[in-house]
Amino acid sequence: MRLWKSKTSRQNLITLASVMIVFSVFFVLNNNGVLSRSLSGQLIPICVYIIMALSLNLTVGILGELSLGHAGFMSVGAFSGVIAVSFLGNYIGNPILLMVVAIIIGGLLAALTGFLIGIPVLRLRGDYLAIVTLAFGEIIKNILNCLYITIDDAGHLHAAMFDSSSLPGKFIINGPQGAKIPARLSTFGLGFVLVMIVLIIIMNFVHSKEGRAIKAIRDNSIAAESVGLNITAYKMKAFVISAAMAGMAGVLFAMNYSAIEAKKFNFNTSISVLVMVVLGGMGNLRGSIIAAIILTVLPELLRGFDDYRMLIYALVLILVMVLGSNVRFQQFKISISKKMKGIFKRKEAASK
Amino acid sequence: MSQRNSTKMVPIPNDVIIPERDLGKKPVLDIRNLGIDFGGLTAVDEFTLAIGKTEIAGLIGPNGAGKTTIFNLLTNVYQPTRGSILLQGIDTKGMTTAQVNKLGIARTFQNIRLFGKMSVIDNVKVGLHNSIKCSALSSILHTYGYYKAEKAARNRCLELLDFMGMADMAQYQAGSLPYGAQRRLEIVRALATNPAIILLDEPAAGMNPSETAELMDHIRRIRDEFQIAVMLIEHDMNLVMGVCEGIAVVNYGKIIAKGTPEQICNNPAVIEAYLGKKGAEKNAAEG
Repeated sequence: MRLWKSKTSRQNLITLASVMIVFSVFFVLNNNGVLSRSLSGQLIPICVYIIMALSLNLTVGILGELSLGHAGFMSVGAFSGVIAVSFLGNYIGNPILLMVVAIIIGGLLAALTGFLIGIPVLRLRGDYLAIVTLAFGEIIKNILNCLYITIDDAGHLHAAMFDSSSLPGKFIINGPQGAKIPARLSTFGLGFVLVMIVLIIIMNFVHSKEGRAIKAIRDNSIAAESVGLNITAYKMKAFVISAAMAGMAGVLFAMNYSAIEAKKFNFNTSISVLVMVVLGGMGNLRGSIIAAIILTVLPELLRGFDDYRMLIYALVLILVMVLGSNVRFQQFKISISKKMKGIFKRKEAASK
Repeated sequence: MSQRNSTKMVPIPNDVIIPERDLGKKPVLDIRNLGIDFGGLTAVDEFTLAIGKTEIAGLIGPNGAGKTTIFNLLTNVYQPTRGSILLQGIDTKGMTTAQVNKLGIARTFQNIRLFGKMSVIDNVKVGLHNSIKCSALSSILHTYGYYKAEKAARNRCLELLDFMGMADMAQYQAGSLPYGAQRRLEIVRALATNPAIILLDEPAAGMNPSETAELMDHIRRIRDEFQIAVMLIEHDMNLVMGVCEGIAVVNYGKIIAKGTPEQICNNPAVIEAYLGKKGAEKNAAEG
């Protein structure tokens, strides 16, 4: 068991195994109808936000650059996924195969967008980079907001900006009214597989020489350059991988609804994903997964509070953030866990 | 002063000297008339120096003389305004810092620059980065090749750490190490890039006398075992006079003296630069 020997790969296996167990439990519960309707409706968004949080963690936690436009890449993935499904639907009969192809196309186009945006953005640092990514996120949203794409009877795609009057055929993307999804192709099983793939790729990437180089650039870029690392190339690698994964999440997200609008992928979405990353801990993949699950389900669980729902959501966030960084609370937690261990030990001793 | 070096230094063309044993081999660094201006200020000017293939060279001078600027020029952090740098015969003009490192210059920093949140061994592995043969795809898929490359890298890192007496610290966080160990780790990381010359910027700063003595021993062993050149900036004269074979003294960005430790110690221009004119006269009067 070579894998089990090293500490990091052991930690990775534990993470993978726990995700698999939790998902399998949900899978079984969902199939047996135990989950409430609102909760089972949240299963695919949970997968989507886990992927979003994991991929943003690669940029924010591991590369150390604050990116505020992550929803932009998600929307590129979502809309290109819709186009791919509408276009290829006539050729590919199998819905799962169609969805896989759409996810790959969405990922690739988001990666390309990430690459193009990365060229100017990755020359900047810190606050400047954050603001420019925010701007690019809004640019993507606004472009998609006035983009019209139709498909005619012969199966050809036509595109126009601002003005749709000249376009023949049926609308796939209808400007501000958004895109109609031809078929709801997302399934929880597919989402689960995608989460696992993304998780494995990120974990392996972080523990390879590329991941080390990226962490080195985060810790000290001048020193990283002095040992022969091409800083821009590695920043770009991390940024593009992160964008590609956000794009794949976007496809999964879009195919869960009957229609989507560009408005949905606004600044708020980017920020909620960032909140998941910060709440879970920078660079902490397990934390991102847990935070993504909690923050996606929480608004649904708080439905009972009606109008005060988002207020309580915000209060919970503030409380968790404050307690998470509070030294006294940390000490309290440690002392509790020590006491618990003490109790168990005493019980063991007594039973002996 | 502690033990002096007794290497014989011999002149080669172009007004520079290198150790006798390196004669006939191409000097690792051949710097000619190097100069840089920052706006109207000339920080370095007419800097000409050659460093033999296995020489330990010293660069000394008062604070603000331009020593670190010269290191930054050699590693292409700054692009020189004038002059040329030949690294093993190749002109490094226009290259990036990373490219210069791949060609053979590694360095440490005056204010320590480690990858603080990473472990000691990972710091060294980053230094090995360009010699780890493993494609991006096999790193993502963790193939057999990845494990083989990682294991080889790990062994090489432990070897290098052991060389500087740090193998037992491999798993510590780099930022939490004591000061002297952080300086040594920087040297190990630089050595990991497999350089032809290593530039040490004040390696003994903040070290106590026994650590400094140990460092002198390490510097000699680096030269002997890796067969590479060492160039160091240092204010600790015991260290400079003890290990350096050739010394260049800079003041106001210009070389004011070049030679062996003995020649430098007795050079009136050097004494004046360090002690001032009055100090130099007093020194001469006291004999």
